[in-house]
Amino acid sequence: LKLQGGNTLQWLLILLMLCPPRGLLLLTVLVLLEGSVLPLGAASSPDISHHANSDKHQVADVGHNATKKPFPVLAVEYDRVQIPFEISLWVLLASLMKLGFHLIPRLSSIVPESCLLIVVGLLVGGLIKLAGEEVPPVLDSRLFFLCLLPPIILDAGYFLPIRPFMENLGTILMFAVVGTLWNAFFIGGVLYGVAQIQPANPSDLHQLDLLPCLLFGSIISAVDPVAVLAVFEEIHINELLHILVFGESLLNDAVTVVLYHLFEEYAGVGTVTVLDGLLGVISFLVVALGGVLVGAIYGILAAFTSRFTSHTRVIEPLFVFVYSYMAYLSAEIFHLSGIMALIACGAVMRPYVEANISHKSHTTIKYFLKMWSSVSETLIFIFLGVATVDGPHAWNWTFVTVTVILCLVARVIGVVGLTYVINKFRIVKLTTKDQFIIAYGGLRGAIAFSLGFLLNQDHFPMRKMFLTAIITVIFFTVFVQGMTIKPLVELLAVKKKQEAKRSINEEIHTQFLDHLLTGIEDICGHYGHHHWKDKLNRFNKKYVKKCLIAGERSKEPQLIAFYHKMEMKQAIELVESGGGVKLPSAVPSTVSMQNIQPKKPPPVKAAERALPQLPKGREEEIRKILRSNLQRTRQRLRSYNRHTLVADPYEDGFGDLLLKKQKMIELEKKMNNYLTVPAAPPDSPTMCRARLASDPQAYSVKPTSDRVPTIQVDLASPQSPDSVNLLDEFRRAEQPRGEAGPDQGLMMKPASAQSGPNKSREDDESRDQQQKLMRCLSDPGPSADEDEDEPFLP
Amino acid sequence: MGALQSLPGQPEYIDLAEKTGFSLEQIGVLHKRFKQLSHNEETLRRDHFNEIPDLACNPIRAQIVEAFFDKRNFRQNDEGTVDEIGFEEFLVVMSHFRPPSLHMTEEQRENVRREKLRFLFNMHDTDNDGTITLEEYRHVVEELLSRSGALGKETAKSIADAAMLEVASISMGHMEPDEFYEGITFEHFLKLLSEFEIESRMNIRFLNMDATTLCK
Repeated sequence: LKLQGGNTLQWLLILLMLCPPRGLLLLTVLVLLEGSVLPLGAASSPDISHHANSDKHQVADVGHNATKKPFPVLAVEYDRVQIPFEISLWVLLASLMKLGFHLIPRLSSIVPESCLLIVVGLLVGGLIKLAGEEVPPVLDSRLFFLCLLPPIILDAGYFLPIRPFMENLGTILMFAVVGTLWNAFFIGGVLYGVAQIQPANPSDLHQLDLLPCLLFGSIISAVDPVAVLAVFEEIHINELLHILVFGESLLNDAVTVVLYHLFEEYAGVGTVTVLDGLLGVISFLVVALGGVLVGAIYGILAAFTSRFTSHTRVIEPLFVFVYSYMAYLSAEIFHLSGIMALIACGAVMRPYVEANISHKSHTTIKYFLKMWSSVSETLIFIFLGVATVDGPHAWNWTFVTVTVILCLVARVIGVVGLTYVINKFRIVKLTTKDQFIIAYGGLRGAIAFSLGFLLNQDHFPMRKMFLTAIITVIFFTVFVQGMTIKPLVELLAVKKKQEAKRSINEEIHTQFLDHLLTGIEDICGHYGHHHWKDKLNRFNKKYVKKCLIAGERSKEPQLIAFYHKMEMKQAIELVESGGGVKLPSAVPSTVSMQNIQPKKPPPVKAAERALPQLPKGREEEIRKILRSNLQRTRQRLRSYNRHTLVADPYEDGFGDLLLKKQKMIELEKKMNNYLTVPAAPPDSPTMCRARLASDPQAYSVKPTSDRVPTIQVDLASPQSPDSVNLLDEFRRAEQPRGEAGPDQGLMMKPASAQSGPNKSREDDESRDQQQKLMRCLSDPGPSADEDEDEPFLP
Repeated sequence: MGALQSLPGQPEYIDLAEKTGFSLEQIGVLHKRFKQLSHNEETLRRDHFNEIPDLACNPIRAQIVEAFFDKRNFRQNDEGTVDEIGFEEFLVVMSHFRPPSLHMTEEQRENVRREKLRFLFNMHDTDNDGTITLEEYRHVVEELLSRSGALGKETAKSIADAAMLEVASISMGHMEPDEFYEGITFEHFLKLLSEFEIESRMNIRFLNMDATTLCK
């Protein structure tokens, strides 16, 4: 491979030697890229392919002439792999850049990542241009809309916090629809006005008609979800503001699509009639609602499919991704809003899919989505930089400065005006600080650029000017607003995101409050939104969940599901901390179940206790072991730790507990064998701790960040064949049990049996819980000495 | 009170408006509703509440109804329960669900929070002893899960126990193994739900009510 532009290379090598080590990383990559990108330029590849072709011809001819050429030991055939190679290189560059920024300590706290990435893009574009090559059209609209944008939107939609989104839906829609319309018309109108002034001094601007102006206005007015995500992630503002700005950026896609198509269609003709306007309104409704409908349909399909995946867990994540992407593409076929389809699909399918899929699949989906969206975002910003260097530019001072100023002004006026109206209907009003952040957070991004790029040069002679202006606005918002928003948030003391974990008490009270408010609304006779929410929930529980969720989990109420999830998290944390080490808890406490169980007087006579026959010696042994466990487990006290909830020795029915414990011990030994069936050879606790990768910084505030790292716990669902043996064991175990002891609070299962019709449910429940127990916990019980060798220990 | 017409501007209304903070319009509408519920009698009784059909499928119906007859919610520093309430008491209980106004000082906001949390506390503390014991908390969770299917009382107990443990951990910090945590006092309750933002969540839109939306 002959490198062209050797001068450039020498120059770079000199720079390399002069640069500090960290910059070396960046430069090495740039050199690598240049080294590979250069031959990709238009000039060389035809050469190579031509050469290859001529070779082939020669060989063909050779066949006739029978003159032998030496067999090529090493051949070069680049164009076969050109496209995938280029793509991989770009992705690699993006990832290395991301890596590099976090190595430089102070940089990422001052400058948001998006700015740095744009700068890198500029550098790369500059290098390519310097080398005399043609910059590849990287921000090609098809590539952007079909490959780069969907992962980001899916990630956002799948992890959308539904509750705050729905509660603020009215506000979000107002900002998205009315706000964007206002922005578009205001900017377009004023620009046209500005373009028309100074009739004595003819300039380029006079060529601008009203419709292209309005088109430009509609392109530039939409708040961009990618930019908002990139910047807001780093400033950790409170949930309300985050969801308002972010929700707006997602939902304004429908408006943008309609306006764009409307003005583009008629810009050629020159006029838009009232009828067209009306059709536009109808089109908007079709686009928005149609997109949501398409998304919802695919979401339900995905949920339904996931119901049957219990035997093929490996491809579960695939369904999520493919169905979502299909939703996006299907919406795009009909020019519906693809973004809304994607959001609807992710949001609709999530509760059902999460209930159906295995824990591993959940982790896979989460990490794949984060990975893809991260890479996409990085690539988008780099490409923005490259496209800036490349893009056809036509700088016009008036146009550009007026555009920038107008964007700011329009946004502020829009937000203030709308908030005034919205506050009349909101319970929690938006304060001035909130309004400022919403206005300041209206960032523009790559979507605007791509839409501008899509414009036809013939219909829009001012295309270049538009593109320049768009890029300037994007740069302004991302650099200036992006960099200053963090200090401003600090300065204004805007409420930050609550870092506290969701606790069981809060969950209980959330549910309680929901029901309370619904009840009060019913008493008032007022069908407010709690009433409808309650109705929807009941409908969901009664019909939808039965269809879409497999097996027993369809009946699980939310509180219980939440509780189990918390338990699991606790258990996993406990296991990962390696057992005996004290867990770092926010509230270190020595409070245990003993402290809250009401004390009962110890049983007076042995005869009063319904003790099944246990040899005295065995009972003593078990009691000793349990007491020693109590000592050990006291070191790891946390709220939901099952181990602390061993019953107080002085409580009634302890004998029953002993019997159950004994049986459990025996069963555990048997069960350990079954659990080795699905698992790969698990790592020792040290390995697990080493792999305890924290989520990347950028995502630490994503709503449902479970902090569930890569733990190899294969959690078979109740339906999987792996657990069948377990069930049989339990059923056999539970038969000969005596009557139920009084409840001991949370204890080692099997739970106390309740006779009668509840028995089967109890079985399910205890079976379920037992499985969960087995799946996640390392039981430091009597088989403690076998702990380290246990094959199922994750 | 029976002689009250539903015209805003009545002196009694103005009195009530001052006391509870509702606007005259809202009081008028609520009074209409009161008369509807009580079949034009002067007082409401428990069975009037039980006649509301929508309320029947609410899992915590009993506690909600009880809250209306709980003297502690009448803001008169009284205790105990009554068997029937008049319009004034009805309004006072309802006023716990008014949203805080936009321009409030921090202190006022804090007061609103305390008030709303006090209402919730009273709902949980059924025996009026000033603490929510484990039994009472268990009862709360059981009621919540009662309509949602029969996954059994066991899980309810576990959840309540875990929740209680958490409260104890947060409030008490360190406890000796033989100490006993009596129950959640109001101060602990406040601390527990300090991040809950109850002043923005425990609200009903009395704003949009008008006669046409009142049904049954």
